[in-house]
Amino acid sequence: MSTLSCVGVVTTDRVQPRRLPGVDGVWVFIGADSVIFAILFLTYMQDRLKNPALFEASRHTLNTTLGGIDTLILLTSSWSVALAIQALKRDFIERVPRYLLGGVVTGLMFVGSKSIEYFQKFAHGLTPGTNPFYMWYFTLTGIHLAHVLVGTSLLAFLWVRSRSGAFSSSHRAVPESVASFWHLVDLLWIVLFPLLYLMKAA
Amino acid sequence: MSVLRERVTWVWLGLMALTCITTWGLSKDLFSPAVAVVGIFLIAAVKVRYVMLDFMELRQAPPPVRAAFEAWPAVVAAVILGFWFATPAIM
Repeated sequence: MSTLSCVGVVTTDRVQPRRLPGVDGVWVFIGADSVIFAILFLTYMQDRLKNPALFEASRHTLNTTLGGIDTLILLTSSWSVALAIQALKRDFIERVPRYLLGGVVTGLMFVGSKSIEYFQKFAHGLTPGTNPFYMWYFTLTGIHLAHVLVGTSLLAFLWVRSRSGAFSSSHRAVPESVASFWHLVDLLWIVLFPLLYLMKAA
Repeated sequence: MSVLRERVTWVWLGLMALTCITTWGLSKDLFSPAVAVVGIFLIAAVKVRYVMLDFMELRQAPPPVRAAFEAWPAVVAAVILGFWFATPAIM
């Protein structure tokens, strides 16, 4: 960050160089993952088009309140991790572990909430084999939950390392990469939640 | 570093408010299905855009990268809504 590139963002007090947080490779992954999910969303809508009445009846068995709370949990998680990165940039090193722990705890809360939801579905005999809607529900939320588990583990690793002062404004590529992935997990849920839980039939 | 002076805090509060409007407002039976679904997915696209620009820091990204990512919520919302309107009514 010692030199300013000729293309920059002019802010009120300084010119910032254009950059992507973390390492470039993570952005290739984020881009590819986003495209895969977009294709899954499209395929889901194609299947829904064939049998909207079945999708609507099945959707009504989902717990909208729990899904909404899941969204609030992930947004809060993303915010906490974003604060950790802002603290790192300004070398407020002592605040970083606290914010990262906030990300870990909220990640675990999401996992707990999803476990309750799955348990309730199985208790009512609803499985991926019940009908195409539940196949999609378990597949999409399952792939997303796998992302949450990976992200929470990575955040826990960062939290442990940050407690020994491993990161700073000049050593932040790894935290920024993990944070960017974590925000991806957040934004995918922002679309998944209304797609599965809130989309009324005409 | 005061949390309240961070832009991400205000973005987070806005995203939380929009989530409450969608989950406990628009999804209820006060609105016609078309109004509810269009509103819900436009709000979702706006939320994704702010997560990208402020949490993922794409506001400072090279313009082609920012444009490619910003296109994602627009295309996803357009495709979902396109399919929704193409799907026959169940009534």
